[in-house]
Amino acid sequence: MKQFLLFISLAMFSLAQTPVTVAIRNAKLVTISGPVIAKGTVVLRNGLIEEASENATVPDGAWVIEGDGLTVYPGLIDSISNIGIAPPAPTGPVTGAITATALAPPAPPARGPEDRPRTTSWERAADKFRSNDPRIESARNAGFTSAVIFPTTGIFAGQGAVVNLAGDNPSKMIIESPAGQYMTLTGGGGAGGARGFPSSGMGVYAYVRQIFIDLDYYERTKAAYQANPSGKQRPAYDRALEGVKESGRLLMPATSKVEMERVIKLASELKMPFVLYGVHEGYRAASVLKQANASVLISAKWPTRPPTADPEAEEPLRTLELRESAASTPVTLNKEGVKFAFYSDGQTPAEFLKGVRLAVTRGLSHDDAVKAMTLSAAEIHGVSNRLGSIEKGKIANLVVTKGDLLTEKPAIQYVFVDGMHYVPTADGAPTPTAPQGTGRRPR
Amino acid sequence: MRFALLLLASAATYAETIFIQNATVYTVTKGTFKGSVLIEDGKIKQVGQNLAAPSGARIVDAAGMHLSPGIIDAHSHIAAGAGGINEGSVSVSSMVRIEDFVDPESVAIYRALAGGVTSANILHGSANAIGGQNRLIKMRWGKTGVEMLFDGGPPSIKFALGENPKRSGNPTPAPGGPTTVARYPATRMGVEDIYRQAFTEAKEYQKAWVDFKSGKSTVEPRRDLRLEPLVEIMEGKRLVHCHAYRGDEMLMMMRVAEEFGFRIATFQHVQEGYKIAKEMVEHGVGGSGFSDWWAYKMEVVDGIPYNMALMTSKGVMAAVNSDDAGLMRRLNTEAAKTMKYGGLTEDQALALITINPARHMKVDDRIGSIEVGKDADLVIWNKPPLSSYAVPQKVYIDGSLYFDRDTDVSSRIAKEARKKALEEKAKAQQIPPQPKKDSAPQGGPQSDEVR
Repeated sequence: MKQFLLFISLAMFSLAQTPVTVAIRNAKLVTISGPVIAKGTVVLRNGLIEEASENATVPDGAWVIEGDGLTVYPGLIDSISNIGIAPPAPTGPVTGAITATALAPPAPPARGPEDRPRTTSWERAADKFRSNDPRIESARNAGFTSAVIFPTTGIFAGQGAVVNLAGDNPSKMIIESPAGQYMTLTGGGGAGGARGFPSSGMGVYAYVRQIFIDLDYYERTKAAYQANPSGKQRPAYDRALEGVKESGRLLMPATSKVEMERVIKLASELKMPFVLYGVHEGYRAASVLKQANASVLISAKWPTRPPTADPEAEEPLRTLELRESAASTPVTLNKEGVKFAFYSDGQTPAEFLKGVRLAVTRGLSHDDAVKAMTLSAAEIHGVSNRLGSIEKGKIANLVVTKGDLLTEKPAIQYVFVDGMHYVPTADGAPTPTAPQGTGRRPR
Repeated sequence: MRFALLLLASAATYAETIFIQNATVYTVTKGTFKGSVLIEDGKIKQVGQNLAAPSGARIVDAAGMHLSPGIIDAHSHIAAGAGGINEGSVSVSSMVRIEDFVDPESVAIYRALAGGVTSANILHGSANAIGGQNRLIKMRWGKTGVEMLFDGGPPSIKFALGENPKRSGNPTPAPGGPTTVARYPATRMGVEDIYRQAFTEAKEYQKAWVDFKSGKSTVEPRRDLRLEPLVEIMEGKRLVHCHAYRGDEMLMMMRVAEEFGFRIATFQHVQEGYKIAKEMVEHGVGGSGFSDWWAYKMEVVDGIPYNMALMTSKGVMAAVNSDDAGLMRRLNTEAAKTMKYGGLTEDQALALITINPARHMKVDDRIGSIEVGKDADLVIWNKPPLSSYAVPQKVYIDGSLYFDRDTDVSSRIAKEARKKALEEKAKAQQIPPQPKKDSAPQGGPQSDEVR
């Protein structure tokens, strides 16, 4: 009821005035990039953070939020997501484009690396991003103001994009594109190779190696041709190689320590920056990651016994150990100085944050956990000059709470994306008919 | 840089000087006697009947015990399952490497170690005429995948003849998947053709590089990971271990290899080796097979347990292998069977699982017998190693103790307790499903899911 009144009053306020500038005064500022400011003011103007300090001046005409009892965090970032580029699993009518894909005839089985199997490295999440995914609003309600979205099917699945989670024009929501190449490394070409090369993990590794050898060769022959095409054979255009080259960074899966060692070894041959994702057994592999100077994205979907598992089935000690200790990975990596960020791994925002809170119960500090969803995420994805902390000049993505953000029921008061104010709707409230704009305060 | 660090790390484990005394020493190549072995820096420093322990050495008294070289399994597929073993989609999969997927935490390694195996050649599967690249490892349990790799000897590759590479069901259609295009070949003739095609292509590739490097051609060839290993084979830099059962197809393989100027290193399984021993000796190919495992399919119907003894008597370098994680743990008794079937001597039988497989892989300067200067890969048995009562007590690799039966037995209690504790903790955390008070009824089967 109280929330409802607040909502009404804000809505009325928005009708009355449309301030360009917002100032949150005398609030606790968890800047992440620097020390916590116990009582400070943050000024937002034109979608950017204009000022954030103990004694920032409140500009004339600003909408002033009295920050007593409020805590301001940078907006949270989900480091791997498919929000806006894939329909939420069971709900909603499927769009025409996706139906067409589903009905497309299967490609003939690949006969070798030359056929560029399971490769869509040129596809960009930014080009597929739609602003009408209802999950955008529910993520924002939970404090997520950005996501790094990827196509996820294939060995070279495609290029990611960093997007802001508010707006109705997808082009304006893109912060960075491309942002890395999402890779999978499992065989899975069908039993006995029915779906062609590669059918095994070894085949995938061989393919990845050949792609980078081909890329090197491609670039050199292309450069030589461009320098002097006369009398030379024209090199063929290869979109698979162009796509890999453009992405600039590889996201490679590794859950167990052995996989981490294996993937790091492969990645070190490829001469392209890499980030590992998954990393549940990181609690055992901190020194491996540290030595490789690897940054990692930790899935906050901790391993659990599958609900369909036979209750009588005995499990190996190793499996039990992983389940017991996976959530200790963040605190272990933090101590070792390995850079990490969290990602939702297909979970709802509530489930995602629950997973992060479990890591906090294992000893990760509250603010370090927030850092792994803000500044560290921005650093790993190459956007820390724009996102991830409360700093002058950065994009005005903020979450304002009463009390800590990482509690079971965080009291989120305000969410700002690009300096625009969004009122979080009550958890579990029905999705509004108009997917965005609800509760939104235009400047 | 990484490699240097690795060497440094393993050098540190060599520090201990060990003196194993009062053992019955089975050198395999230089007789059997009661005596001692001195290990220094991971190598066998001295072997003899009247050695004195140097001061500062750790003394291991093996009175009543038996000391043999570590067992070498020339044909295994353990610890590489995550990589798939077979890249079955194509008939020439020479670009894939077992090495990428050596899983140092596969318990099969530890179990093989407990059976006295210290080295194993992890082979690609037999789904293709030309398979992937094999990898010789040492069972350095507790080390990383890279640290398990054996640092000597030439690399090798898998070939396969007969039913596995030819069968028309290869690749097997995926249920509900896209229409399968049957992989060529479907006959033994086709398998032969695959070799001719592949090596003809490899020859052209080899020439393109020679021409480019000599300046005869200005066009730089594209590096091809599939053809590179085939060039290495023709240049004698990569060994071929070829899965084969029937005599006729082994003869074909030797002819084709000779046509392209290389030799097959071993036939694996080699069930009809006894029929073509003379030709095998002429070609210089070894025979690595089972002791008495045959008739599990039509092409293996002519296998006999005398195969090893007959090949040995004709001068074929023969070895007994496992091809199986279970059999691998008792290769000593597998080798012992050749004493019953064919009357091999004790040394000959032991050689089948030690020095002979080492020769097959051209690492006999490093492992396979108890000789001065070789790697200290040793097994202390409670009974003579070829006895069916023999159980390894201690297994050393590079002079480091990697398996100790006493430690194993005593550590089981702690492991059991830990497992029980974790199981009970998990049980305690399993809250019985309850409908949430504040959640709207959903009615579906998911509503009882605990969030």
